[in-house]
Amino acid sequence: MNDNVFPLGKEDLLKAYRTMKTIREFEERLHVDFGRGEIPGFVHLYAGEEAAATGIMMHLNDQDRIASTHRGHGHCIAKGVDIGEMMAEIYGKITGACRGKGGSMHIADLSKGMMGANGILGAGSPLACGAALAAKTLGHKGIGMSFTGDGASNQGTFLESLNLAAIWNLPMVFVVENNGYAESTSVDYATAVDSYADRAAGFGVPGVIVDGTDFFAVYEAAGEVIRRAREGGGPSLLECKMVRFFGHFEGDAQTYRGEGENEYNRENNDCLKLFRARVTEAGVVDGGELDAIDSEVLAAIDKAVEEAVAAPLPGAADLTTDVYVKY
Amino acid sequence: MSEANITPVLMPKWGLSMSEGVLVDWLVDEGAEINVGDEIMEVETDKIASAVEAADPGVLRRRVGDAGETYPVRALLGVLAPPEVSDDDIDAYIAAYEVPVDEDDDEGAAAAYEFAETAVGRLRYASRGDDGPALVLIHGFGGDLDNWLFNIDALAERARVYAFDLPGHGQSVKAIEDPGLAGLASALQAFLDTVELDSAHLVGHSMGAAVAARLACDAPERVQSLTLIAAAGLGPEINADYIDGFVGAESRRELKPVLFNLFADSELVNRSMVDDLLKYKRIDGVQEALSSLAAELFPGGTQSAQLAADIDASGLNTLVIWGSGDAVIPAAHAQALGNAAIEIIDGAGHMVQMEKASAVNALILEHIG
Amino acid sequence: MARNLSMKDAINEALDQEMSRDPTVIVMGEDIVGGSGSPGEDDAWGGVLGVTKGLYAKHGDRLMDTPLSESAYIGAAIGASTCGLRPVAELMFLDFMGVCFDQIFNQAAKFRYMFGGKAETPVTIRAMVGAGFRAAAQHSQMLTPLFTHIPGLKVVCPSNAYDAKGLLIQSIRDNDPVIFCEHKALYASETDVPEESYTVPFGEANIVREGSDATIVCYGLMVHRASEAAETLAGEGIQCEIVDLRTLSPIDTDSVVESVENTGRLVCVDEANPRCSIAADIAATVSQEAFSSLKAAPQMVTAPHTPVPFSPALEDLYIPSAEAIADAVRKTMAP
Repeated sequence: MNDNVFPLGKEDLLKAYRTMKTIREFEERLHVDFGRGEIPGFVHLYAGEEAAATGIMMHLNDQDRIASTHRGHGHCIAKGVDIGEMMAEIYGKITGACRGKGGSMHIADLSKGMMGANGILGAGSPLACGAALAAKTLGHKGIGMSFTGDGASNQGTFLESLNLAAIWNLPMVFVVENNGYAESTSVDYATAVDSYADRAAGFGVPGVIVDGTDFFAVYEAAGEVIRRAREGGGPSLLECKMVRFFGHFEGDAQTYRGEGENEYNRENNDCLKLFRARVTEAGVVDGGELDAIDSEVLAAIDKAVEEAVAAPLPGAADLTTDVYVKY
Repeated sequence: MSEANITPVLMPKWGLSMSEGVLVDWLVDEGAEINVGDEIMEVETDKIASAVEAADPGVLRRRVGDAGETYPVRALLGVLAPPEVSDDDIDAYIAAYEVPVDEDDDEGAAAAYEFAETAVGRLRYASRGDDGPALVLIHGFGGDLDNWLFNIDALAERARVYAFDLPGHGQSVKAIEDPGLAGLASALQAFLDTVELDSAHLVGHSMGAAVAARLACDAPERVQSLTLIAAAGLGPEINADYIDGFVGAESRRELKPVLFNLFADSELVNRSMVDDLLKYKRIDGVQEALSSLAAELFPGGTQSAQLAADIDASGLNTLVIWGSGDAVIPAAHAQALGNAAIEIIDGAGHMVQMEKASAVNALILEHIG
Repeated sequence: MARNLSMKDAINEALDQEMSRDPTVIVMGEDIVGGSGSPGEDDAWGGVLGVTKGLYAKHGDRLMDTPLSESAYIGAAIGASTCGLRPVAELMFLDFMGVCFDQIFNQAAKFRYMFGGKAETPVTIRAMVGAGFRAAAQHSQMLTPLFTHIPGLKVVCPSNAYDAKGLLIQSIRDNDPVIFCEHKALYASETDVPEESYTVPFGEANIVREGSDATIVCYGLMVHRASEAAETLAGEGIQCEIVDLRTLSPIDTDSVVESVENTGRLVCVDEANPRCSIAADIAATVSQEAFSSLKAAPQMVTAPHTPVPFSPALEDLYIPSAEAIADAVRKTMAP
C-alpha cells in the first residue's frame, strides 16, 4: 500500500464509504419498495447527495445539532441514527424512531444531535440557531447546523437566521444543498443570484462553494467552517452543488429534467463511484475492502426492512399519547 | 339609663385583615337566655365561616342584625341585657350605638404581622396585648398563626400574646435546617430570644404542642406553663391519610376532603380556606419542608416523638385540651399524661381552638392564672 | 411575605426569580432590554411597556434584544429549548404571530408528538393581548382561541398579578411550549403577591366569586367585567358564580361543569371574536356534559365578528361590557 494522501486515516475512509453506501442502498431500497406500494405516504430520497451529508457529518459529534429537511434520510444516517429505527418509522411501525408518529419527513434522534427532518421548508434554520445559542450559552463547544435546499434558501426564515447568527456571533453553519431543483423548479429560475454563497456576503458571513459530489472537497470545506464556528469565529454558509438521482418525491415523473440528465448524473456525478476511484487509485484502500462493505451494507438494509415489516403497528392507545410531557 | 347592664353583640373581628362579615344566621331567638360559650349566630367572612359564641351572659333582648346581611366589624348585631332593663333603654342604646372607628386601619395590614430576624431565619409573627403574662401560640403541621384567629384577641385581654409561623410555614422562612422536633424547638427558642422573652406560657396545637413540650423538656427555664391542644407527641397513632393527603394534595379537589379531617363540622372547610392552603403549598420550598417534617415526625402513620414521660418529669403546670371528635390524633392520647389537667371538649375536631374558641380561650386564661 | 404588586411588576419578578434560580433561563425579544448597541442607555426600555425593565442590570447577557425577525428569534428560542435552555421569548404583541406562526404551530407544538415523545420543548412565548389601547386591528387582538386549537401548545391568560407570577413561573418550569398572554389593560392592576417564588398549576380554574344562580365563565380582562356585572346583579338578587379559567389549554372544564350543575345557567364571556372562540367551546362542552342541569340556553358574550376598530367610540363598543354580561345573565334568568 502507498502512503495515505488523504486528510483521513484509512479507518475513517472506510467509515465514510460505509456511511455513503448505507445512505445509497437505504434510498435505492425505498425506491423499489415504495414502487411496490409497501410504504405509506410519500418519501423524498437523498440518493446522489451522499458525499455532502457524509463529508460534513464526519466532523460532528453528538453534541453538535443539525436541523434537516424533508429530504432527511441521508442526514439521519450520517448523524448516526439507527437505520433499523428509521426503516421502521418509514413503515409506520411502533418500533420506529418516532413510534410511527412522524414518518419519513420527521425522523429525529436528539441523543444523536439530529433535531429532526422537517416538512416545512426553511423551518430548520432558526431552530439550529437556537441550538447554536444553547451551545454558546451553556459554554460547550457544540455547534448548530441547518440544511436547506436551493429552494428553501429563498425562505425568509433562512435569511433572517443568517442575520441573527451573524449579529449574535453564533457557532452556526448554514449548509445549502443545491441540487438544481426546488421540487420541479430550476434554481436558475427561482433564485436571483448565481450562487448562494454570494448572499452570505450580504450578511457579513463567509460563503463557500464546494462540489457536493466530491467527498474530499466537502470534507475539507466543511472542516474549515465547522472549526471556525467551534472556535467562536461565528457562522458561515457552505453551498454544496450536487445532483439528485431521483425525483422530488417518489412517483415524480421528472418530466422537467433534460433528456438523459439522470443517466448522465449516474454515470459521471455519482459520488460513490468517484470516491471508490480516488481511494483505490491512490492505493490506500483495496477494492475488495469496499466490496466487503457493500455486502455488509446490503445485508444490514435487508435486515432493517425485514424487521420493519415484521414489527407491530401502533395501537389505538398510542393515538393520544406523546402530545405533551404533562397535560 | 341602665347601660351598664346592656351588653352588645358585635360583628367580630377575626384577624386584622377582616373589615366586614356576613351575619349568615341567628342561632338563638329573641328572649333566649344566653350563657357564656353558647353559639348565638353564624358569621362568614371571605376567609372563614364560624359560629360566634357568647362572651357574656344575658337575655338576647334584640336581634339588630338581619340574617344574610353584611356588616362592618364591630357593628351592633344584637343586644344582651337582663329582663329588668326596659325596652326604651334598649332602643336608646341601639340608637346611640356607633361603630367605633378602627384605629388599626391607619397602620393597615402592616401592623397585623411583623417579622423577626432570628437565628433560624425570618419568622413572621403577630403580637397583641400590652399587659399580663407572656403567652406564645404555636400552630401545628401545615398551619400558621392564623390558626389562632379566634383566640389571639380574646387572650390578649389578659396577656401579652405572640403567635408566630414556624419555619417552613405561613410566611416564615421556608427552609428548615433541621426538619424535626429539635429543629422546630430551637426555632421556638430563637423566636423567644428575638422578641426578648426570657420565659413564657406556651400554647401549642398538634405538632406545635410537641414543639412546646420539647422546649419545655430541653429548656424548662424558658417555659412557665404548657397548654397542649390536640397534641402530637403523646401517643403513637396519627391519621396517615390526613398527613399524606395534606402533603400530597395538588389541587382543590384533592385537598378539600383531606381538610374535612380537621373539623367536627366539615361545613367550616370553605373554598377560601382551601385556596389559601394551596397558595401556601405552592410556594417554593414548602413541599420540601412538609415532606421532610412528615417523614421525620410521622413516618408511616406513626408518631416518632413520644414526650409524655418527659413532660410528666418536668413537673411543669400542664393543661391538655382535646376535641372529642379529633380525627387526626385520638383524644385518648390526653390520658398519657399523669400530672396534667385534661379537658375534652365535645362537638369539636382537631381544630378545637377554632371550633370551640370561647371554651378554649377560657381554659387557657384560667390555666395561666 | 405578600405585598401589593401590579401585574407588570409581578411578571418582572417572576422572570427575575426564575433567572436567578435557573441559569438555563434566558429572555429574548424585541427591545426587551432596549437600546442595545445604541449610543445612549444600554437598558433603555425594558420592553415596550417596561415589563422587563431592570432585569438586564441583574442578569446581563441572558437578556437579549433581537432584530425584528420574529421567525428567526422565536424559532431560535424553540430550538434552544430542545437543547438544554428554558428560553422566554417575547413576541411583544400576539398579533405578530402572523410572521412566525410556523415556528410555533408546526415546530414547537409538533415536536413531542412527531418525534414519538422523545422531545421536550420548554419554551415560553410571552405576548400582549387584548383591546382597549386605541391600537387598532393589528395590535389589539385576543387570539387565544387560535393557539388553544393546536395540540401541543399550552395557553395561559392571567387575570391578576398573583396568577400572573405563579403562572409565569409554572410556564418557565413547564416542559411543554407555553403561549403566555398578558392583557395590556391589566398591567397596572394590583393584588397581593408573595415575595417568594410560587407556582399556579395549569388546568385549574379559579372560582373568583361564588353564587348559586348563574355561572359566568371568563378569563383575562373579562374577569373584571364579569365581576362588575356580578356586583350589579347581586343588587337585583341574582347571585353569579365567576369561573376564571386562567389557562385555556389545558382547560378546567370540570370546574365549569361542576358550577353549572349548581347554578343551572351559563354565560360564556370571551374578548375574542365569536366563531370557534373559547366561549363557543365552553358552551358546547357544557351543552354536551351538563345538558340536563341547564335551566336556560347558554349565552355567549364576545367581541363582534370584526377586526378591532381604532376609533375610541368604536373600540369601546367592540369590547364586551359589564352591561352586556349582566344582560346575558338576565336573559338566562328570564322565565
